[in-house]
Amino acid sequence: MNYFLEIFLGGLTRGSIYALIALGYTMVYGIIELINFAHGEIYMIGAFTALIVASVLTLLGFNTLSVFILALVLAVIYSCCYAFTMEKIAYKPLRQAPRLSALISAIGMSLFLQNYVLLAQTSDFLPFPRLIPDFDFMEPYAHIITTQEAVILITTAIFMTILTIFIKFTRMGKAMRATSQDKVMAALTGIDVNRVISFTFIVGAAAAAVGGVLIASHIGMINFYIGFIAGIKAFVAAVLGGIGSIPGAVLGSFVLGWTESFCTGYVSSDYEDVFAFLFLVLILIFRPAGILGRSESNKV
Amino acid sequence: MNLFPELRKSFIASLWFMFLTFPIMVIRVNTIENIVEWRWMNLVFVGIGSFFLSWLWRYLLSRKEMGVNKKTDDQDRTSLVSRLMKNKQLIIPAAALLAIFTIIFPHIFSTYQTSIMITALIYVMLGLGLNIVVGLAGLLDLGYVAFYAVGAYAYGLLNYHFGLGFWTALPVGAALGALFGILLGFPVLRLRGDYLAIVTLGFGEIIRLILENWNEFSFGPSGIANIPRPSFFGMDLSIQWATVYIYYIVIGICCITIVIVGRLQDSRIGRAWIALREDEIACQAMGIDKARTKLNAFALGATWAGMAGVVFAAKTTFINPASFTIWESIIILCIVVLGGMGSVVGVVSGALVLILLPEYLRAFSEYRLLIFGAILIFMMVFRPGGIVSDVRRVYRFESSAMDDKPQEYS
Repeated sequence: MNYFLEIFLGGLTRGSIYALIALGYTMVYGIIELINFAHGEIYMIGAFTALIVASVLTLLGFNTLSVFILALVLAVIYSCCYAFTMEKIAYKPLRQAPRLSALISAIGMSLFLQNYVLLAQTSDFLPFPRLIPDFDFMEPYAHIITTQEAVILITTAIFMTILTIFIKFTRMGKAMRATSQDKVMAALTGIDVNRVISFTFIVGAAAAAVGGVLIASHIGMINFYIGFIAGIKAFVAAVLGGIGSIPGAVLGSFVLGWTESFCTGYVSSDYEDVFAFLFLVLILIFRPAGILGRSESNKV
Repeated sequence: MNLFPELRKSFIASLWFMFLTFPIMVIRVNTIENIVEWRWMNLVFVGIGSFFLSWLWRYLLSRKEMGVNKKTDDQDRTSLVSRLMKNKQLIIPAAALLAIFTIIFPHIFSTYQTSIMITALIYVMLGLGLNIVVGLAGLLDLGYVAFYAVGAYAYGLLNYHFGLGFWTALPVGAALGALFGILLGFPVLRLRGDYLAIVTLGFGEIIRLILENWNEFSFGPSGIANIPRPSFFGMDLSIQWATVYIYYIVIGICCITIVIVGRLQDSRIGRAWIALREDEIACQAMGIDKARTKLNAFALGATWAGMAGVVFAAKTTFINPASFTIWESIIILCIVVLGGMGSVVGVVSGALVLILLPEYLRAFSEYRLLIFGAILIFMMVFRPGGIVSDVRRVYRFESSAMDDKPQEYS
């Protein structure tokens, strides 16, 4: 039973990281119908920024808590700036172009950012400092859930709540929902569509950066390639839940996290990624719109 | 163009990029010795570079916008290369020269050069194959390298277990490629563009992961070594001559591919693909079987990847899963996009440029993928048609009195 619970919570942790990344995919897709292929790279850049900031601050003699907070804040800020710039360069000029063009441009961006980090930093795995200390009161449950996992779960829950409130009740959230329904009509009612799109990228990047910092300090290793696989998996999660729908992305992420955890826990760990992709293929065959997605009929 | 505001914009852009790249470009942490390395020079480079690049970027963007406004002489400009190709007086001597050059190439250059040329030609085949799927049928396939792997492993394993030779393996590899193309095609028939991209990507990764992990079948990450080179009518050739021989084989296959793809383009299937790319619903309304057309595209595209895989295995004599990563798919996609989607000449020149240039510019080889990424973005923003863009056939009624048949323009 303990083994089951451990795997279950492990899957939940995994799922919540996927959820943080998947949010960016699903929100951007909801608004401009583009698979932001480079979103995983934003997550990777967030983790790298946090690593660099944390190392420098630790050498300067800051204490653990302030290092953690500053690293997290700077990682979020830099990720947002990268996402903003990325949108301006690679996607904005292609608003009117066919969707294939924007997708290829996104792939180019992903390739560029990966190699930029590879060349400017290193191709080796870097050890990521443990930014989250082990709390004493978690000690009795340590065989089931570690402090790190608990922090990840709680942070994700808080982030999701804030995001839901933001989208449901603020002006900007309303503008985002309007834009995702109908861009032209939204522009006619006085919504600055370009600003909404930039903003969507920024919110997605912030979520990804938080996820990046949390998972990097949980696993303890990063390199320039982490963004790619995590990005693909998060995308799988977003598609599973029904792309464009935020609750769908969260649900899909948990489903994917559990699938991977249980398959690696009970079947074989060699084929972890294969399970994720097979699952995606199966879902798309039997329910192309995803779990919560609504199927759209083509209008002529 | 007003100078001062432009200067200011570039200056702001340069400041922004200096801020943006600061942590990653300037600071490098040595985690073993706990030293922080500050590389301030990089910041200066980024500043100066982004200053001029942003200027260029805005200049090109404004030119592009102007181009949209006056589209009248657009047709003449874009089809410069194709007009050259229509010119019979020019094309025949040029083609003859090219043919002679390709034939004597391995005799005037070293084995090393020939070997690089073979690699480039393998990519020409891959590019032409992917061009069917992406360029003609408009299905973005990011798992194309899987079929390449299928071909290579087909030859490697068939040779290992049954001692099959190159010439037997070639059609088998092609057939297996086609089979896998159909296998992949079936589940994804119903998917739209971007879902398709991800599923094919997943498919490519599944194949690679299986090859990497299923040790009993594919010998895992260590791969298969000692794959024989093709023998010349039963004779085993020395490495030097085998390279020349493979070179001629690849040239032969490439020529056949070019002819077949060119013919396919104008055939009923080719027209159906282009129709499918342009508008699925209208295409179905015209009575085209969507499922069959898509499967055709996948199968035919994969056939060439399978063949290219067999040639690749024969050329390198060693294969392992590391040669078939997702980036390989993306490089092939780069070739198709850079060259010009749907255009055969474009894809051939794209492959030669993208594979040969990095080989000869060794100093920049580590920047290769960085530059590829930049090229993809740049091409999509400024020249979505590629170097040699595909020429659309335009039919126009000149005057009905002169001739009943509509004349063909290009």
